[in-house]
Order: sequence, then structure tokens, then C-alpha cells
Amino acid sequence: MQRIIDKIQELFANDTVDRVLGWKTGEFSWERTPHVFTKEGGLDGFVYDDFCGANLSKYLIDESAKKDAGKVLVLLKPCDTYSYNQLIKEHRVKPENIYVLAIPCRGKVNVDAVKAAVGTTVLAVEETEGDDLKVKTFRGEKIVNRNDVLFEKCQVCQKTHQVYDEIIEAEPYERPKKDRFAEVEALEALSPEERYEFWRTQLSKCIRCNACRNVCPACNCRTCVFDNAKSGVATKANTDDFEENMFHIIRAFHVAGRCTDCGECSRVCPQNIPLHLLNRKYIKDMNTYYGEYQAGEDAETRGPLTNFTKEDVEPSIVYGKGGK
Amino acid sequence: MTDARQNDMLIPKIGIVTDIRRETPDVKTFRVNALTGGKVFEHMPGQCAMLSIPGRGEAMFSITSSPTNEEYMEFSIKKCGIFTDWLHEIEPGQQIMIRGPLGNHFPVEDKLLGNDLIIIAGGIGLAPVRSVINYCRANRADYGSLDIVYGARSKKDLVFYQEIVDEWMTTENTNVYLTTDVASDDWDGHVGFVPNYVKELNLSTDKTVVMCGPPVMIKFTLQNLMDLGFKRTQIYTTMELRMKCGIGKCGRCNIGDKYVCKDGPVFRFDELDALPDEY
Amino acid sequence: MLKFTGNELTTLYSAISGLRKLYLPIEKGGEVSYGPYTGTETVRLDVLKTVKSAKDAFFPQSEFLMKFKAEGKNITLETPSEEMEDFVVMGVRACDARSFDILDSVYLAKPVDSYYKTRRDHGLVITHACNEPAATCFCTVFGIDPAKPAGDISTWTADGTLYWEANTEKGKAFTEELEKALAEKAAEEAKLAEATEEDIAKVEAEQAAVTEMVKQLPFANLDLTGFDAEHMMEKFNDPQWKELSRACLGCGTCTYVCPTCQCYDIRDYDTGHGVQRIRCWDSCMYSDFTLMAGGNSRKTQVERFRQRFMHKLIYHPSNHEGTYSCVGCGRCLDKCPIQMNIVKVIKALGVKES
Repeated sequence: MQRIIDKIQELFANDTVDRVLGWKTGEFSWERTPHVFTKEGGLDGFVYDDFCGANLSKYLIDESAKKDAGKVLVLLKPCDTYSYNQLIKEHRVKPENIYVLAIPCRGKVNVDAVKAAVGTTVLAVEETEGDDLKVKTFRGEKIVNRNDVLFEKCQVCQKTHQVYDEIIEAEPYERPKKDRFAEVEALEALSPEERYEFWRTQLSKCIRCNACRNVCPACNCRTCVFDNAKSGVATKANTDDFEENMFHIIRAFHVAGRCTDCGECSRVCPQNIPLHLLNRKYIKDMNTYYGEYQAGEDAETRGPLTNFTKEDVEPSIVYGKGGK
Repeated sequence: MTDARQNDMLIPKIGIVTDIRRETPDVKTFRVNALTGGKVFEHMPGQCAMLSIPGRGEAMFSITSSPTNEEYMEFSIKKCGIFTDWLHEIEPGQQIMIRGPLGNHFPVEDKLLGNDLIIIAGGIGLAPVRSVINYCRANRADYGSLDIVYGARSKKDLVFYQEIVDEWMTTENTNVYLTTDVASDDWDGHVGFVPNYVKELNLSTDKTVVMCGPPVMIKFTLQNLMDLGFKRTQIYTTMELRMKCGIGKCGRCNIGDKYVCKDGPVFRFDELDALPDEY
Repeated sequence: MLKFTGNELTTLYSAISGLRKLYLPIEKGGEVSYGPYTGTETVRLDVLKTVKSAKDAFFPQSEFLMKFKAEGKNITLETPSEEMEDFVVMGVRACDARSFDILDSVYLAKPVDSYYKTRRDHGLVITHACNEPAATCFCTVFGIDPAKPAGDISTWTADGTLYWEANTEKGKAFTEELEKALAEKAAEEAKLAEATEEDIAKVEAEQAAVTEMVKQLPFANLDLTGFDAEHMMEKFNDPQWKELSRACLGCGTCTYVCPTCQCYDIRDYDTGHGVQRIRCWDSCMYSDFTLMAGGNSRKTQVERFRQRFMHKLIYHPSNHEGTYSCVGCGRCLDKCPIQMNIVKVIKALGVKES
């Protein structure tokens, strides 16, 4: 963290940037709220550690559009740079007003998983030099291995920084070995009835808080169709919890080919619905039918669903008559 | 049905639109009766009602007719959104759902009683205060002089024009001052904006003001009234914010700790001054 | 005080659900919220905080208000019957139980909301005392005792046994009814028996332990001085709202997990066989909350964010004898995607610690 602070101070001093989009400490040892620190205001409360799971790239839509302001420094973890590239590709941010500082990451800790792991009231969680997390509870101190309590998105992460102005080099660490498509394959192996049951159980938990949509860097429509009374499909008042299925499926379709698999949807869901599995299924299918593609690897190439090539698979091959 | 369900203000009554009159190119006045004739419910000047048509939405409108009208209720409605667009398409005989009366009313029974009154309105803002004007006309002896200052973009945008000329102008101890924003061939009256006209008229500052109109008119008229020496405790207005329930429960139309639908829509300016500036 | 002598709580749940429709904290897809108990569900009476609060029992997220039919120029209106079977909601914690009082103060105030009232009239609340609070709990700040929850009937778990005490006439009548049902149907050993002095001592020890834990919670001494009608303008105009709301995503998580958020929307749906009018939860955090044809009185997230906290901490107490519209359940602290919450707002805008 000190290297990041030193770099920020340097960029403040030489007037490269006038503010920093980073994370701020909170009431609990694990609380990390996205925050804009200004040169004048200083870095009071600035933090970067195992708890900074939030992807800051979407805030750049507003931050980079500010008039009468200098450049904003944004701290991007490897996965966040893919979202940033997509936002550039979709002309939703102004890169000329942004300075990207790439910061190292070895996976972020999910405090809910820590709480579940210790099974008693967690009062504080502290990082240590190694992989241990010191957990303070009403029943004494407990130790949890950080690698057992990472966010799902971190458990399968093979991402590297794709775009930056400057990078704080990471110390090498062992990448997780879990295959990111394993859960999708497990769902594919189910019978249609079992799969339907799985999604009904999960999606019927939805409380339509829109956190997944609002946090998603790919969900950047100025007015979402589901918020627009004139669209005729605004579904705030559902008459049946099946409507939530439609919301999530339509949203997944709309971000297909643009979703970088940043995992924010699942991270923020108050009901812990594994929303990333919907997106990942589409990613897997696109890889199968259109060739390997990772959204956000660059800011120029057309995605598989927004491009046409003669090699494109025919729809009938993907899904023929009779459901096969 | 229990009393609670019987009296649930969320459940509308069904009325029938018995007459539709075009006031201006974008304002129509709708006469509403109960299905059995007469009024759907009683109200006081300044109170509102929620009108709705199945599947077309629901919206709050002030009741423009005076409670002294014992035959029907009237609503003057400007075309300005999905629901009002649709209302402008309907024909007499159309049934309509209505719930009310909602909100408070102008203090015609106490604070305004016996006073000289100035009514200031702009555009469709005459609709809510027409109820006050006709209430005072019907109880003429209970009030002092009545000065009505009303302006609109042009002559064709003046609502209730015929009623103003035929009835208000001929009422005793009543002065009507009309103005239009722009001059036109068919208009030989005063030309100019309402706030400036109010200042020019130099009305006596011991009178009580009732005002309604677009925010910009309210802002400048209020300023000019202050300049003339009126106090904010002498000036009443009626507010409009996004409403759904109309009974102070759905939580959206509040200004500070007051709900426009329940504690309003009528406020005195000194009351508004004590509330956050969020309207 | 009574105690349930059966080995399995499912025996008790079955007996209750044989008498009334029963709602319990039910686990579904790894998360726990209140849901109907039919005998096959996984009940989690032990879970401290359900994701959604218990308010759905009386103020459901979506609710059918009425239906209309338009034929030509004619309209017919049909309201649902007020007939409703009695029901029991069990496992409600002290904070959620208090939230019903706050909802009552809005929905039972004149003009009475008959839909809410019908549910209140037909519902029986069985609370469950907390055994171990979470770090995010701060109910005691609002005078709530997690060891002595209100409700028609209160229950405690001590030493693996469920204890039971009726508080209201409704609760006493139901307890008698349940005792009969247990005697008729369940095995001999599964009944509500009088607790011994030894038992009561166990419950009291559990209560004392919770009370002690609650004192050690980080927000046990949260100071609400200055959050009142008198300071409305000062709080409203505080320059800190902009910074506090800056990272807010404008999602509805805090409002939808909150036991006291009571704002709603009314929407009409054309089903193709007539129009249904639905009432659903709404969120002041949403951009369309105050949107109207003529504009929006709360244009940015700063105003929307401010509205939520002003409502809970100033406007509601101003209109309801000083009662805050917060019960300190801490769900918003656990669930906010950006970890901004009412405690941070209270600390930022409240009296500064010297």
C-alpha cells in the first residue's frame, strides 16, 4: 500500500492528476467504500488491501465526464482493467481524463465467507504477512486461511492487467487452479428439469434491488428499459416471482459479449444468487461457437455478437429444430 | 365489507365524465358526476382527487369546481404526459375512477374570511384557484374585495375565458386583470408577464394573496410582492410533486417532514420557508 | 414460562401449521428469509438475520390491490375479499418485532390502510430472543432488548431447548389451542410444559449473556443527539451529504432489506383479461421515485440518498413523537454493496466525539 501512496503523492506533486478514485476505510476492519480523494483533501482513510473487492471502473463514467477538473487517477486491479477497456470501447468514459494506476492483486476476501467459516460473531478481521487472516470474535481469536474465503471471481482468476498508464508490479503468487467453467459444465450436465429447478430456486430469491445491474460496468444504459415507464416492461411490481427470471435472463443477454466476467453481480447480490453463472454460460457458448474471446482484452475489437464473419456459425447449428 | 375497507382511500369510486369542454389548445375541462348523478364526494377549495382509467395510470388533479356547485365536479387538465394525453382522447360518457378528497384546502373558512383577496395565477395555475374564486363569489358577503390577476402565453391560452368575462368581471367588488406574455392581433388587453403586472398594479399590501402558477412565475411574483411590502404570512400557494397514494403513506411527495398530498397541497410561504428547499 | 419438551422442533412447527398458516425463517438456495412452512422446508430459527426482514408478513413486496375491467366506456371494479385465514409468523427477532410498531404508525394512522390492517388483524407474531448478536447490530440504541423480544408470544433457546411465553390475550389463547393440539396429535413427550425454576435460571443466564455481549458491540453507544425536528434544516443542509452519497449505486438493497422502509409504488398491469392494480415496495434510492411529467424534485443521488436518512432520522420522528424509523437490525450494514450505511451517516452528521 505504501508504494501506491508514494506513487499517488508523486502524481499529485507533479500535477498529473488532481484526484484519486480509490477505497476508504469504514466502521469495521473490512469495510471499504469507493471514494474520491482530492489533492487538497489528502489521503485520509485511503486503503488498499485484501478487502478492496469493488471494481471502480464504472465510476469513471461520471468522474471522467467532469468539466473543469483535471485527470482522475483510478486504481485498477487486473480484472477491473477489462471492464475499463470495455467502457472505452463503448465510448462511455473519456480516457483522456483518466490516469490508470495498475495495482497488484492476489484475490480479495469475502467477509461473508469469513463469517461463515468461523460460525460465530465476527468483530474484526485482520490481514497478516502470510495467508492467515486473524479473526476477532466473541469467542476469542480464530485463524482463517485467506485462500479459503476469497470471492468466487477471485477463486478462478487468471486475469492480468490489460491497460494502464503505470503499473505497481506485483510479487508473483500462485494462481488458483479452479476452472472457471467447471460450475457451468456441472449445470449443463443436469437434466433440463434439474437445471430449471436450480435456476428457479436461485432466481426466485431475487428481491429486485437492482444492485447487480447498477454495479455492472456493462449495464451502462442511461435509462434502463426496466426503469422506463414508457417501455411497457418496467417490472418493479412483479405479479409473480417468475418475472425475476426474465429480468436476469434479459440482462444477461444484453451484456453477452460485453461482460468481462468481473463477478461484481454475484459479489453484491444480497441473496447471493450466483448470477455470474448466467453470464459465464454465454461466455462459454460464445467461445465454443465463435472462437475464444475475452471481452475487455482490448478497447477496439468487435465482440462476437457485434461482428459478422463468414466463419460465423449458422443459428441452425447452434440450435436446430426440435430443441437440439 | 368492513369500515376499514369501505373507507380505504386507495380504493377509487367510479364516476362518469358527463361533459368535456376545450379551454385552450392543450387544456380541457372534464365534468364528473357520480353514476347515480350528483357529486362523487364533497370537497373544499384547493383539495385534490386522484383520477384514473384502468391500465392508463393514475394522477392527482386539483378540483377546479367550487364546492358550492352542488351538481358536479370539474377538473381542468393540461395535456402533458402519458395519462393526460389519454384523458384528452376520451369522450363524454366515459366512466372514470376517482378517489378523494385529498389534502388540505385554502383556509376559506377562517384565515381568508372577511379579507380582501388577491388571486394570482398563470396558465393552468388558474384551475386550482378557480375553486376559491367561485367559492368566494358564491359567498360574496363573507369576503372583501376580490382582485384577480391572471396571465397566459396568449389569448388562446387563457383558460375559463368565457366564464371570466361573463361571470367574474360582472361580480360585485371584483376586479379582473388579464395579461398575455406576447401581443397578438386578437388581444387588446395588457401584455406582459404576471410578476411585472402584479408590480405595476401596486395592489394594497393589507390584502391576502392566493397564488398558483409555473415555478418561474411563482418565484418572480413572490419577489415582487415582497418588494411591494407584502409579508410571506399573507401569501398562500398550492404545490405539486410526484404523488401516488395521496394519503401520506407512499413516501414520495414530502418536502421535509410534510407530505404535499396530506399536509398540503396548500401552504403559506412562511410555512414553506421552514421546510427544506426540495421542490 | 413454558418449555417445549419434544426432541424435534419440527413437531412443534407441524402442530402450529396444523392450526394456522405458518411462516418461518426458511432456507432456500443457501439464504434464509421468511416463507410458508409446509413440512418439507429447512427451518433456520437459529439464523440471526434473515435477508429480508419479517415485514413481508404484513406489507408484502408485491400485493394485489384490485382489478378493473373496461368495456366500452364502462368500468367495473373488484376489490379482493377481506376474508383471510389467520396466520402465524414465528422466529421474529426483537428488532423486526419493533418494526411492526413503526409500520403500524404509518399504515394504521387515518386513513387506515385496510390491506395492511387485515393482515395485522389476522397475524400472530411469535418472536425469538437473540442468543448471539452480530457486530452490525445496534438495536439497543433504539431501546430494544434482544433478550426480551415483544410479540404475541416470545420464545427463547437456552441449552438447546425452546422456551415459550405468551404476552398478549391473542398469544395466550393461541397457546391454549396449541397445547390441546399437541396433546391430541404429538407423542406424549412433545408438549408445552411448565418450566421449572432451574429452566428459568437457564433462560435468564442466556439473557444475561446476550445483554453482556450487546454492551460490547461497536455501536452500542451510538449517539442520536440532534436528530430531531428541531434540527431538520441544519441536517438537511449539511454539506457532507455529497461525499456520503458519492459512491452510492442507487440500488434498492438497503430499502428492500430494511424492516422499516415503508414507501410503495402503485402500478397497473394489463393482463389481457382486465387490469390489475398492484402495490409494491418502492425505493427512494431509485431515480424514478419522484419522477413526474414536469421534472424530478430529487434529481441526483445526493438528494435521494439524503431523503432516505432524513426520513428515518428526522421526518419520521418529527411526525411520530420522536420515534426513529430504524430498529438497528444492521441489515443495511451487512448488505450495502459499497458499505455506506445509516451508522456512518449518524456518525458523520451527529455530535462529534470530543
